[in-house]
Amino acid sequence: MTTVAATSHPAPAHHDDRSFLRKYVFSTDHKIIGIQFLFVSLFFLLVGGLLAMQMRWQLGFPGKPMPGGGVLPETMAPGGVILPEYYIQLLTMHGTFMVFFAIMPLLVGVYANFLIPLKIGTHDMAFPRINMWSFWSFFAAGLVMLSSLFVPDGAARAGWTMYAPLSARHDLSGASFGQELWSVSIILVGLSSILGSLNYITTVINNRAPGMTWFRLPLSVWSLFITAILGLLALPVLSGAAIMLLFDQIIGTHFFDPAAGGQALLWQHLFWFFGHPEVYILILPAMGMVSDIIANGSRKPIFGYHSMVFAIVAIAFLGWIVWGHHMFVSGMNPTLGSSFMVSTLVIAVPSAVKTFNWMGTMWRGNIKFTVPMLNAIAFVAMFVIGGLSGIFMAATPVDMQIHDTYFIVAHLHYVLFGGSLFALFAAIPYWYPKMFGRMMSERWGKVHFWLTFVFYNCTFFPMHITGMGGEMRRLYDPNQYTFLQPYQPIRVFISISAFLLFATQIIFFVNFWWSLKRGKPSGLNPWQDNGLEWTLPSPAPHGNWERVPTVYRGPYEFSSPQVPEDYLPQTRKLPSDREPAAASAARH
Amino acid sequence: MRWWLPLKASTFTGPIDGLFLAILIITGIAFVLVEVGLLWFVVKYRQRPGRKAFYTHGSTRAEVIWTVIPAVTMVALGLISNHYWVEIKGRNSIPPNAYPIGIHAKQFEWQVTYPGPDGKLGTSDDFTVRNQLHVPVGRPIVVALSSEDVIHSFYVPQFRVRQDAVPGMDIKAWFQATVPGTYELGCSQLCGLGHYRMRAQVFVQTQEDYDAWMKQAAQEASS
Ligand code: HEM
Ligand SMILES: [Cu+2]
Ligand SMILES: [Cu+2]
Repeated sequence: MTTVAATSHPAPAHHDDRSFLRKYVFSTDHKIIGIQFLFVSLFFLLVGGLLAMQMRWQLGFPGKPMPGGGVLPETMAPGGVILPEYYIQLLTMHGTFMVFFAIMPLLVGVYANFLIPLKIGTHDMAFPRINMWSFWSFFAAGLVMLSSLFVPDGAARAGWTMYAPLSARHDLSGASFGQELWSVSIILVGLSSILGSLNYITTVINNRAPGMTWFRLPLSVWSLFITAILGLLALPVLSGAAIMLLFDQIIGTHFFDPAAGGQALLWQHLFWFFGHPEVYILILPAMGMVSDIIANGSRKPIFGYHSMVFAIVAIAFLGWIVWGHHMFVSGMNPTLGSSFMVSTLVIAVPSAVKTFNWMGTMWRGNIKFTVPMLNAIAFVAMFVIGGLSGIFMAATPVDMQIHDTYFIVAHLHYVLFGGSLFALFAAIPYWYPKMFGRMMSERWGKVHFWLTFVFYNCTFFPMHITGMGGEMRRLYDPNQYTFLQPYQPIRVFISISAFLLFATQIIFFVNFWWSLKRGKPSGLNPWQDNGLEWTLPSPAPHGNWERVPTVYRGPYEFSSPQVPEDYLPQTRKLPSDREPAAASAARH
Repeated sequence: MRWWLPLKASTFTGPIDGLFLAILIITGIAFVLVEVGLLWFVVKYRQRPGRKAFYTHGSTRAEVIWTVIPAVTMVALGLISNHYWVEIKGRNSIPPNAYPIGIHAKQFEWQVTYPGPDGKLGTSDDFTVRNQLHVPVGRPIVVALSSEDVIHSFYVPQFRVRQDAVPGMDIKAWFQATVPGTYELGCSQLCGLGHYRMRAQVFVQTQEDYDAWMKQAAQEASS
């Protein structure tokens, strides 16, 4: 490792004579790669949103021509009326884009790349070139997935969970090339994540600045580090399963086809062995960044730093032995259901600890309502709802009733939108100045926050009610069932809220683009934070530091009695501070 | 429109709805605690000029309390849930006298096989009806589920019963209806483009009505 890292440390900031292509396209600079991930995955977020709008049209106004739907081909929506076969492509692609191409790269691709070297005080990732490949394989995966929407018999149709044998046999799903492209794309996504994870893990272990001990790492770095470990354990399983699925689809193996001796449940075990760790990959970085932002916004040290770290580790460990809670009624041995139920219920404990510690951090603080802080508080408030609804589903007898209903849809959107996406609406404006040297508009950020908060709850909360009433998920038209017809007004309400929610996001995108050129210049440390990244110019230069900084304390020393200001940067040496051990310094 | 779980029409509704309510109360308390706490802190500790936050890194006592209480609650909930789970889905939960019905799921219909007058499946007097499930009230029913092609899922919300039908597997699920009437059986696992219309009628009948229907249907089937 040492040779790679040593030779690939980029030149110090001011001799930056790389060509445009090397600097902005095939860049090995972790910050540029992070920003590339940001642009691409924001685009996919928009794509995922557009697909959702079409589903909501069909559910709110079944059988009515969709405004603008006339541009779609006959095979999807003749006369603008969505067909069932198009609807199931929409739901499959919505889930796939949101999980693999929006939330996961936004949290990990963007912030593991951007933050880890800046926050631990190093010049770049341990393996910058591998890092570049991680981005490009993600990009290729995204293009493959996107192109599958345009092939003749359409995109994959078996849900983002791709249950076999529906996914494995083209004669059963009615799609062929689209299904195969899904498998190929997922193999590439796995590759991207594996490469990225290797890099993040190595970098955090080896390249910390002098004095940056493990327990002085910001929680954002801790969570990204643990996420990378989870990713390294989970993604190879997904890629492996996707390779088997692809073989079933194209070369006539029958891993998942019982008609020829395969096993249908094998896919589910492999998928969820990846899938549950995946949902924690989608929340841990959010929790970490929110911890940083809440401490900063409350001007108080994080409450219970050590238990926050242990909670991250516990969640990751438990998250890795609970996958069977997606399979309680799948025909899996019911005794296994019992053990998966207990491990799942126990996972609520570290989640509760984290929630109470965030509240403890705000308690007796001096809370500043910046846009990142508002979104971070909303994260806590909304994540709690998702975590608590998880308890209903973890209890096996109750899950028998609500599995595969809109109750699950409500749960997963409370954790993924209410949790992960609100955390991103906090993180994006928070680190925007270090990326681009400018601030996003505070006023429009607040408008966006409040409208999103209201429409988001109007969209997803009522799904608990229809789910309790037994409304199954993934139905093209619930009105087929007489007992679901009375819920149509709720579905209309949800759809209208969803359209407004989508429209509100335009504010965010415009603010994002507008501020790139016109935002207020930010200066070094606009949030008066203690992290190492805030000692650098904004935007941070190539290679970050000429000489790596020395760290004297943890990242959460807000309102310390040692200084008159209410923050105390990690690099500031007070007379009482000692130089860290030379051994650590020698590495750089 | 209901704001609660569907109508109750099987013996499972007691334990499942009870558990649901218990969890709602527990999570409801946690929910109110957190949301009210957040709101209160946001108002009380909002930034004011000249104030400095209270400098503290935490409190072991508080953290032990808020670790132990959720932990104990969750383990207790697990034990209680498991008690009912074993009764409902456990390996030996199916009552020995349960009345057998075969259900074969296929894209996109339910083929219901009745045991015929002898009350046994797999004999020559069995007969099959599409998308109609008739069951006698007040008697345990065991459904032998199988699938022709992909995974489907047998779901009758009013009975609180759900079980996937998996190709290559024979899975048994049981329930006991308590209220005569007409209900709907739905497929709750995405099974292809016709998933949304994979639906059957469920008729819960008194034993006499059921026997009468059975006699007539058996005749129709054999003619
Ligand atoms: C307290 C913590 C949590 C518990 C106890 C919990 C429990 C569960 C259970 C039991 C299921 C399966 C329900 C079913 O299908 O019948 C489930 C589904 C799901 N959970 Fe959670 N969960 C928790 C947190 C999270 C988090 C943090 C995320 C993601 C950020 C998440 C994302 C999901 C998703 C996406 C599904 C649905 C997968 C699908 O079928 O498409 N959950 N959860
Ligand atoms: Cu899970
Ligand atoms: Cu089906």
